[in-house]
Amino acid sequence: MSEPFLELVDISKNYPGVVALDHVDLSVSRGEVIALIGENGAGKSTLMRVLGGVVEPSGGLLRVDGVERSSLTVAEAIKAGIAFVHQELNLFDNLDVAGNVFIGREPVYGGPLRLIDRKQLHARVRPLLERLGADFGPDAPLAELSLAQHQLVEIMKALSLDARLVIMDEPTSSLTLTETDRLMRVIAALKADGVSVIFITHRLNEVVQCADRAVVLRDGHVVGSLRRDELAPAAMIRLMIGRDLKSLYVPPAAPPGASVLDIDGAVTSTYPDRAVSLSVRRGEILGLAGLVGSGRTELARAIFGVDPLQAGAIRLDGEAIRVASPRAAIDHGIYLIPEDRKGCGLLLDVSIAENISLPDLASYLRFFLVNTARETANARTQRERLKIRAPDVGTTVGSLSGGNQQKVVLAKWLSMRPKVLIFDEPTRGVDVGAKQEIYDMLRRLTDAGVAILMISSDMEEVIGVSDRIAVMHEGAISGFLDRSQFSEHNVLQLAVGHAVE
Amino acid sequence: MPDDGASQAKAAPVTANGVAAAQETKRQRVRVLVRALGMLPVLLILCLGFHFLSEGRFFTGQNLGIVLQQAAVNTVLAAGMTFVILTGGIDLSVGSILAAAAMAGLTISKLPEFGLLWLPVAVLTGLGFGVINGALIALLRLPPFIVTLGSLTAVRGLARLLGADTTVFNPSIPYAFIGNGSLTLIPGVASIPWLSVIALLVIFGSWLVLRRTVLGVHIYAVGGNESAARLAGIKVWAVVIFVYGVSGLLAGLGGAMQAARLYAANGLQLGQSYELDAITAVILGGTSFVGGIGSIWGTLVGALIIAVLSNGLILVGVSDIWQYVIKGLVIIGAVALDRYRLQGSART
Repeated sequence: MSEPFLELVDISKNYPGVVALDHVDLSVSRGEVIALIGENGAGKSTLMRVLGGVVEPSGGLLRVDGVERSSLTVAEAIKAGIAFVHQELNLFDNLDVAGNVFIGREPVYGGPLRLIDRKQLHARVRPLLERLGADFGPDAPLAELSLAQHQLVEIMKALSLDARLVIMDEPTSSLTLTETDRLMRVIAALKADGVSVIFITHRLNEVVQCADRAVVLRDGHVVGSLRRDELAPAAMIRLMIGRDLKSLYVPPAAPPGASVLDIDGAVTSTYPDRAVSLSVRRGEILGLAGLVGSGRTELARAIFGVDPLQAGAIRLDGEAIRVASPRAAIDHGIYLIPEDRKGCGLLLDVSIAENISLPDLASYLRFFLVNTARETANARTQRERLKIRAPDVGTTVGSLSGGNQQKVVLAKWLSMRPKVLIFDEPTRGVDVGAKQEIYDMLRRLTDAGVAILMISSDMEEVIGVSDRIAVMHEGAISGFLDRSQFSEHNVLQLAVGHAVE
Repeated sequence: MPDDGASQAKAAPVTANGVAAAQETKRQRVRVLVRALGMLPVLLILCLGFHFLSEGRFFTGQNLGIVLQQAAVNTVLAAGMTFVILTGGIDLSVGSILAAAAMAGLTISKLPEFGLLWLPVAVLTGLGFGVINGALIALLRLPPFIVTLGSLTAVRGLARLLGADTTVFNPSIPYAFIGNGSLTLIPGVASIPWLSVIALLVIFGSWLVLRRTVLGVHIYAVGGNESAARLAGIKVWAVVIFVYGVSGLLAGLGGAMQAARLYAANGLQLGQSYELDAITAVILGGTSFVGGIGSIWGTLVGALIIAVLSNGLILVGVSDIWQYVIKGLVIIGAVALDRYRLQGSART
């Protein structure tokens, strides 16, 4: 590895009452791919924000090309070739690709009139599109592109600024398997071009796949650095948590019982010529895998009554039921924990207690007024059971971390009596420690008789937590897998529509 | 470049099936076409409808001339309003600014030495008020609705003060031709009122700025994602002051046009509710209320729809009161239709 062009030396960052970064050293050489891992709150994002010039360190210095400085501004970071690809992307949905890549730096002619030189603009964008293997043109309106394509546009923007280092914060958390694969290849291409990449991720298999080095942060300091040949999920997890994680899979206390939920020939409006049939038994976790666009979320929404079923039947405990609305589903004991917890699962500006009591508010009433004492007491019980980390149940949900927010969503439904829980992406954006707690919760629920349908794009999760896996492909089930057949290979085969060998 | 539906979308459809992909492209192209045409079909239907209902009195040279004249001032105001709404803002004060500018202009026009200066004075008065609006919104970070609501009242008061609450007359106002004369295109056959010429020039100039210049891209950017615009190094405050300045300037121009047409102005009555027609024209034209999406040609079509509606209803003999009801229903219907059309193009 060549000499590092960028070094963080002894960087510390203190906020009132919290030490976010504690004497951190990090060096970046040309063409190096570094994975930055650690639990939520370990300091990864803060460290990257120091690099990007968004946050000023409380101590330590940065060395850029040998020149020492105590901090960077955003403009200086960009000039130094440091580019940030954000999780909540900073793009303009109402402009096209070329407009987005060169925003603020448009090529002009005509003197003071500053008319846009479209030919030049396209000429400059095309090579970037080719370099990243993009399947869209410079004219494509951003509103018509997928999230993965938006990410590519952000990377193109970085490259157009002659970035030497591209920083990505959890780039694959909203991507499908194929899109993740494509991004890994883009990272490899960047590396081949001599561009360094630092990416923060919770998906350890991605680290193994493309990182030269993994830097592990815990509680604001670097607890270890693993070279390529040392990279293994077990070693990484051990460093991240400081203890060995027992194997994810916990078998059920008793074999699965009779079918609780039967889906018979369900047809959704997105796939009018495909029918889905599956059953979830009492006490089992059925993992539902597949590529995004395979119809899993659509199926979940149809079962929960959000979208109407075009055809087919739903049976609960053997009896046919009609789920015309979410209210009907809830009354039957079928609950949905949605993919987009911030958008569809929680009221961010409202307290934990009020979020938890929401679906069943009627039962907290005393003479038409909400019994806040009962509400708070119930929330406290849930907080204990699920180990939600918050100062108290009056805290606004918006200020909690991803993992704790997810637990609040879970608590909301657990305060009632679920028969069937549909969990769409249970641990997206959740750190390893909270993940395990959520998995333990799922197992405890099934042992108590609940049937769980778990939709997940996280391979490790699907294989590690499910008792049985159903794989969807383009609106229909392409196959079921028993534990003996579980493997990443088999799941992917079914997900792309091939049969299991 | 900003997407108002007229740009050719060449995004590759993300479906696995080849046949489905071809169908998707065809559907996309239909959608782009439908979006680009916007409200033009509605305008044509209204024109034809009124022509038949009024037994052929709509499509006469004289009537069309009247329609164009009546649309002119609103078109100019709506053009300015388009700039503002594109950034996600609103300007409720254009009616009052128009009145104040007209009053200022008329007062100056009566002075012996400075009479000819009345036109630039009216326009600059509008610009001045617009810049004040913009500065309050951009630099003090006050919400546009509140700021322009305040100016609506305050500037109206100033307009009344300028005439001491009376009507100011000037029968020999310079440049009266712009309010009443026509530009001959084909001698003896076709001529277009100067008011309409000005309106079309304003539309064309706005198109140039919005679609061809960097400033235009930045206006769309600020409307689409203000925080991203800031992070991209765009001087958002400058863009905001510019758009409100333009809105004020064009309101001033509108005031000049009205003063030239009427040879008079009244601080209290002139321009009352003009802002509503301006906003209506912009929204009918397909510009989104939240900013970032819209086109100036749509605004032109919107302004024409309003003028055609008013004119047509009079021709058909509908009473004054019913005109309001029908206009309101057409607006609601048109925007609902628009939402319904746009639903298909939302990203799934």
